Parts: sequence; C-alpha cells; structure tokens
Amino acid sequence: MVIEVQGLSKTYRIADKEPGLLGTFNHFFNRKTYDLKAVNEVSFVIKQGEIVGFLGANGAGKTTTLKMLCGLIYPSAGFISVAGYLPQRRQVPFLKQITLVMGQKQQLIWDLPPLDSLMVNAAVYGIREPEARNRITELADMLEIGEELTRPVRKLSLGQRMKAELLAALLHRPTVLFLDEPTLGLDVNAQAKVRSFLAEYNRRTGATILLTSHYMTDITTLCSRVLLIHQGQLFHDGGLDALTERLSPYRQVRLELNKLASKSDFLGYGKLESLNGRSVCLLVERKNLTSIVSRLLSNFDIFDFEVTDPPIDELIGSLFQKGTL
Amino acid sequence: MRVAGLSPQVIKALFSTQYANMLEYRAEIALWALSGVLPFIMLTLWSQHDGGNSLAYQGSDLSRYFLSAFLVRQFSVVWVVFSFEEDALFGRLSPYILQPLHPLWRYVASHLAEQVTRFPFAFGIALIFFLLNPASFWLPSFWQLLLAWLATFFSFTIGFLLQSLIASLCFWNERASALERLLFVPYLFLSGLLAPLIAFPSDVLKFANWTPFPYLIDFPARVLAGLPVDILSGFLSQLFWIFCLLPAVLILWRLGVRRYTAMGA
Repeated sequence: MVIEVQGLSKTYRIADKEPGLLGTFNHFFNRKTYDLKAVNEVSFVIKQGEIVGFLGANGAGKTTTLKMLCGLIYPSAGFISVAGYLPQRRQVPFLKQITLVMGQKQQLIWDLPPLDSLMVNAAVYGIREPEARNRITELADMLEIGEELTRPVRKLSLGQRMKAELLAALLHRPTVLFLDEPTLGLDVNAQAKVRSFLAEYNRRTGATILLTSHYMTDITTLCSRVLLIHQGQLFHDGGLDALTERLSPYRQVRLELNKLASKSDFLGYGKLESLNGRSVCLLVERKNLTSIVSRLLSNFDIFDFEVTDPPIDELIGSLFQKGTL
Repeated sequence: MRVAGLSPQVIKALFSTQYANMLEYRAEIALWALSGVLPFIMLTLWSQHDGGNSLAYQGSDLSRYFLSAFLVRQFSVVWVVFSFEEDALFGRLSPYILQPLHPLWRYVASHLAEQVTRFPFAFGIALIFFLLNPASFWLPSFWQLLLAWLATFFSFTIGFLLQSLIASLCFWNERASALERLLFVPYLFLSGLLAPLIAFPSDVLKFANWTPFPYLIDFPARVLAGLPVDILSGFLSQLFWIFCLLPAVLILWRLGVRRYTAMGA
C-alpha cells in the first residue's frame, strides 16, 4: 500500500464571536472557543498506481485530509503512512516522493518566467541541469507548453500557469501526487488537457494520484475509485457505480409510448418525474425495478424504453449544494 | 563543496533567480535606498547642533560615521518578517515547506540578491555625498573594507535571525509583523543610527552593549569609517548573538511548524 490511513482525525480550535460591539468586548475579555472536528476517524488505503477521487462538499474535510497526507499539517489523532513514511516528519526522502498541487495557489515566481522557478526546483531536488532540461522538455511536451516557459508568469493565462505549476510540481518525478482542485477556474479545453496529462503521467510513471475536484468530469474521466467525505467522516470508499447506488437508490426508467397517457396511469409505478406527450420518465426503486419494468411492459404499449442511473454529476452536485446527505 | 548544507547548484540557482527577480523591482529598490537617508538627516542635525561636539566625533569623523552608518544600513536591511507573514497568510509557504530545503533559505537568498541590486544605488548616493562634502572623503584600506564587509554581513545575519524569530511567531499569531515594531524602537535608538553610541550616557551604553543592537550599525560603521573600535570584542559579540539566535530560530520554527494550518491554501 502506498497510502495507509487509520483513524485519522484533525480538530481545530475555533473562536466564536457574536456580532456587534458587545460581542466584540465579550470576544476580547471572555473568548469562547470550541473544537471543530474537520476530519473524524477516517481510514482508507490506496494502492500504488491508483487514481482516486476525493469528493465532498465545501468544508467536508477533503483539503485538511490532503494537507495531513502530504505532511503540511499535523493530525490530531490517527496514523498515516505515505510511501512508507510518516508525512508529518517531512523527511527528505519522503518529500522527494510526493507533490502537492493546489489549484489557484502557486509556487512559481510571479515576475519571472517559469523556467527560472523550474531551475530552482531542480536544484532543490538535486536534479543536475542537463537532466532537469530533459525532464522539462518531456513534461512540457506532455503538457503542450513550450515558449510560455520563457515568458513572465504574470503574462500567462490561467491555463498556461496551471500547466507550468504542474510542471514545477512534477519535475522531481514524484510517485505520489496530491492534487487539490487542479482544474479550478480553467476553461473546458484546458481542463481536458490537464486531465489527459494526468492520465498519461499515471500511465508512464505508475504514480499514485489522490485528486479532489468539484468538476465531476475530472473524477469520472480519471478515477476508478472515489472516496466521499462528509462532515469529516468517510461516507463512501469504492467505485463510482457503487456511490451512485448509495446516493440514489432509484433508477430512471424512460419510456416512449405509442399512445398518449395521463399521470394517473402511472400510479403505483414509482415516482413520475416527467410526462411530455408520449415521453415518460419514472424514478423506480432499485429493489422493485424488475417487477415494475415487467408490469410496465405488459400494461402499456411501449415503443422504446431505457433504464439508466441518474447522472453521477447531478447526484454529487446536489450533494454539494445541499451540503447534507 | 557544500556551504551551510547547501550544494553549489542550490546556491547558484537560488541567488541567480532571486537576483533576476530583484532586478524586476530595481526602481522600487532605488527608492528604498533613497529612503534610508536617516543617517544623513541626523548628520545635518548634529552638525548644526554645536558642530557635533557633544557626540565625541567631530567634523569629517562625524560625516564618515554617518555615511558608514548609511552604507551599513543599506546592506543589512531585513524584511523577512513581512514577506514571511504574507506568504504564510496567502498559502505561498505551503509548497516551500514541502520541499527538501528549509524555507528560510529562500528569504536569505532574496535578501542577499536585494543587497547586490541595491549596491549601485547606495554607491551612487555615497558618491553624491562626497561631492557635496569633499572634506569627508576617505578611502578605506583593503583590510578595513574586508572587516567592515564581514561586520556588516554579521549585522545582517543578526538582524535576519532576530526577524526570523519574530516571523516564526506567525505560526501562533498571524500578525507577527506587529511584534516587529517592538524591535524597531530599540533598534532605532540603540543601534547607532541616530547617533554614535559613544555619545550616549555611560549607563545607557552599558545597557546597549548587553543587547544585539550596537552590533547592527554602530560597530560595523565604526570599522568602515576607521574610527576607534575594539574589533575583536565587536566580532565576538556579533558571533555570540548569531550563535544564540540561530538555535532559537530553529527550535521556534520546529515548534511552530507543528501548528501550521496552511490557511489560504
């Protein structure tokens, strides 16, 4: 196992302040604090070469977990092992094996071309200059970035900057990648390029990738497995299909009828989601699916029918919006 | 050959990159150099006030002292607490913490690069000073220059460590730069920036000598100006402070980084 997490918790002490002048005085003289469990008893393992999506609403505990996994912050409780190291010790061999990329946060020097920052990174990681240039060329080809590397970072578009950031983060060929919203704010084309780059990097190097994103396409394209964290606790660890099943115990049954029907005709067949002329959409409980489909087929004159899962991005999207399960 | 644990490749890359970065801010650095003319203002004030007789140095010695104080100040300016605080607040510190290089080295490199960028401006201001005040011109010997450079470098090192100590408090209090103001007042009065320390009452002088401040401006300035100074004692005091502050900074950093919450990131 490349990543092993057992009973991981992180508690932050938060100061609570009431609004207004009285609240300000109270806050000053009699500060009230409470403990917020950002991550609560989370456990999982990730094998080498896996690309795992880390999902959750804002404030669910994704980024805090990522920060603990890469050694940026100390856990309050629990055990973490990444590539055989305790991340919080931040030993040099560990740091040389990992990288953390945070969308919108940059390590590149703003007023200089990315190449300058890349050469600093190469030196810091002990990569000789000719080797560093070879790696830069290889990664730049994969990322489809070239002359941008000699332009000041401030003159680059967001997409170009993100590619340069990825290049800087991967120059030392890390085997474990922690990516926090790597496509945040990018346009559709740039997102697609970053995704295909990550897939290619994983294929070529066998690197393990743990990825958070609010763009479901990132997850559905790259990840065969997802971890869903909710209010600091791990809610799901498994495939996307299994997650869909947990988030929505229903399946969509779409019918194309030969004859017009009314709403009342579908009583007892599940929840009628829509009825437009001869097109009908029903939400049917998975456990009743077989019996209801056979009843529909025998009781209606059906031209066509289709049984599908509700789109995962809609399910997760509504989860993010609601913030509750 | 490694210097302080850094390979030549790291030193070269850090310094050349930071120098290129500082050149982007050359106009700002020129203005910063110009803004450091406090010693010249003090020279004018003290010269007008009974010809500087109350300061122990007179005439060209006084001018040389304040010019030297100006130059020492130019090459020992430290702002690490402000950069560090901003980086910590906006999340830029996080990638540096995850690299196999102590983040403080990046700040050291940017300070040294800024000093090199500042050199022509400081040199130009010194030339103008001599043009306006030719009687105070002097040419230090090679050894005098070497010792003055070393004393100024140690002055920078003490200042950097002092501010780094405060910067490390950012791990506890995000606005550690406010604490830097506590250092500024004693620095202003006890460093020799306002007047040579020899002019201070003996009790104040005794007190000052127990602090690191006289070794930040007064001692290197007197070495450069060729004024009477106990060189051995000065260097030993500078080394004493460096060896006291360095472990304190490293310990505080190690304790503080455990509290780092990587906010803004």
